[in-house]
Amino acid sequence: MIAGDGRLLTILPAWNEAESIDAVIKEIHREFPGTDILVVDDCSRDATAAVARSAGAKVVRLPYNLGVGGARRLGYRYAVEHGYDIAVQMDADGQHDPRYIRDMVEALSEADLVIGARFAGEGEYRVRGPRQWAMRLLSMALSAIAKTRLTDTTSGFRACRGELMVFYSSNFPVEYLGDTVDTIVQAKRSGYVIRQIPVSMRPRQGGTPSASPAKAMVYLFRSGLALLLALVRR
Amino acid sequence: MRLVFVTGTTGLIMLVVIFELLRRRQLREKYGALWLLVAIAVLPLAFVPTLLDGFTSVLGIASGLSLFLFLSVVFLFLVSVHLSWESSRLEEETRSLSEEVALLRADVAELQESRERVTTP
Repeated sequence: MIAGDGRLLTILPAWNEAESIDAVIKEIHREFPGTDILVVDDCSRDATAAVARSAGAKVVRLPYNLGVGGARRLGYRYAVEHGYDIAVQMDADGQHDPRYIRDMVEALSEADLVIGARFAGEGEYRVRGPRQWAMRLLSMALSAIAKTRLTDTTSGFRACRGELMVFYSSNFPVEYLGDTVDTIVQAKRSGYVIRQIPVSMRPRQGGTPSASPAKAMVYLFRSGLALLLALVRR
Repeated sequence: MRLVFVTGTTGLIMLVVIFELLRRRQLREKYGALWLLVAIAVLPLAFVPTLLDGFTSVLGIASGLSLFLFLSVVFLFLVSVHLSWESSRLEEETRSLSEEVALLRADVAELQESRERVTTP
């Protein structure tokens, strides 16, 4: 096992990802054979669960759609109940490159939470307009809170271990954006160490993006609200 | 007089509806009791709208009905906040239940698989 740290679970929350999930699972197995893969099927209407199972992943299927935050929380709960030591959370659409899992798990030896950051030098990922302002605002605020430079706080590519995983299994914020912003604030407030490592993003292999440019202003507003709530929450 | 007729019948209909819902066990007792109390407290005012005027003149409010309107807005606000709180809590509870169901089904599937492996070597 890399980092000599015991069992590792890769969590893939998936909603209608039947086209891409097979390739994603196989690539993770090829790049990082030491990990078990859990697909949290968020009540897809297509064959996501069946495809994932035949590709060799463990599957849990939610009885109704809970959103990506809810699916992730279930993933962490599964990891804790089945005695895993490390959990890596990725997107199921193939945007995250499993080659970086190794680096992230290694970085966990000095941190409790490792974020795979898209703007930290590697790759070509770019966004513009209000969405970019929102991401900048969040990054600046959260860097100050976490006392370390965080450039991509909304990244869904992250790894955590031990106690923080247990904490997430019952406290992972399930609301939109809360799942990305709140986790960092909560983690920091509970005294965990956060690091980021640069990763490059790839185009999606299937499915449709969950946000359109028209929703960018709403995104800006909601991220501000999510940040505010995260800061004052008990 | 016509005004009293309108407010009076409205109050009575409200009372009957709540009572009927309670009788058919469609309302939890705590909500039923709350609305019954409100209906009973308000009903005299529906028939005699000037009932509060003596009290409000002491407080410096021109009409008993404006005090009543003010209090009902405050009351309805509190009730709707309470209901939002309650529904947030319910959502969290059903969420935990759905997680539980998903985990249990995964466990059952795993058990079934391992049993099939034992019975069909």
